[in-house]
Amino acid sequence: MSTIIESPRQPQQRASKGRVNWEKYGWIYMRASGVLLIILIFGHLFVNLVQGDGIKAIDFAFVAGKYATPFWQIWDVVMLWLAMIHGSNGMRTIVNDYASNPTVRRILLGALFVAAVVLIVLGTLVVFTFDPCSTLIPADQALSFCPVP
Amino acid sequence: MPNEAVSTLTTARSSSKRPAGTLYRGNTGMWSWVLHRITGVAIYFFLLVHVLDTAMIRVSPGAYDAVMSTYKNPIMGLGETALVIAIMFHAFNGLRIILIDFWSKGAKYQRLLFWIVIAVWVIGTLGFAPIHLHNVFTEPH
Repeated sequence: MSTIIESPRQPQQRASKGRVNWEKYGWIYMRASGVLLIILIFGHLFVNLVQGDGIKAIDFAFVAGKYATPFWQIWDVVMLWLAMIHGSNGMRTIVNDYASNPTVRRILLGALFVAAVVLIVLGTLVVFTFDPCSTLIPADQALSFCPVP
Repeated sequence: MPNEAVSTLTTARSSSKRPAGTLYRGNTGMWSWVLHRITGVAIYFFLLVHVLDTAMIRVSPGAYDAVMSTYKNPIMGLGETALVIAIMFHAFNGLRIILIDFWSKGAKYQRLLFWIVIAVWVIGTLGFAPIHLHNVFTEPH
């Protein structure tokens, strides 16, 4: 019985024409988002942890001040989406490498997907619906510049 | 023969028990890969927590300030320092991976690039850690 062994240099046959190569776009995404995340996260760390009193100065008023400008709202939401997808895709690679049991693998990948969707939706809603003077805030916790009801 | 295949990849047989001696195993390429994975997983789990703690701004100022006060605890401060050190390695090594993939001379200089990553990482740590530890371990004024 003889089997034909392809030459090792033979390019891999395309599975089918017109199919999207998701793994290739995932590979490109990790590199493109990685470069953007370096700028976004280092900027985030500098403003929050290095400048001024660093972590000591972070409280509700500090975040309210940042989210008073669309600049930091957009910065944080872009960072959230890029980082959550970058991190989840990296975790997917690791799960695929180590989870050999198909059921365990499917559960872990499902958990990664659900965590990513829930946190992206939650984080985006928090940033864009945030109101530092919300009437839901108890009067004794309200910021000084908020109108007294 | 499987043994023959292995020996062609082995540069030198040494009496040392260290499992080095191949192009990849035990060398800078392997360790940068290991560190990239470990730091990546650590950063991922912090990201999950960080989205949830920031979501407290939507609950009440008291809820957010309460969760932030736990981050100002000295033990958490050491954890934050480790987190930023992990982020810096992941960032600089990520740039090294991109250079190896896209720069025509990247693969040739991969070992030098690894040591540049380590050097920039050490410089970044020396720049960040004293500032953050000072903020964590001194009383607010």
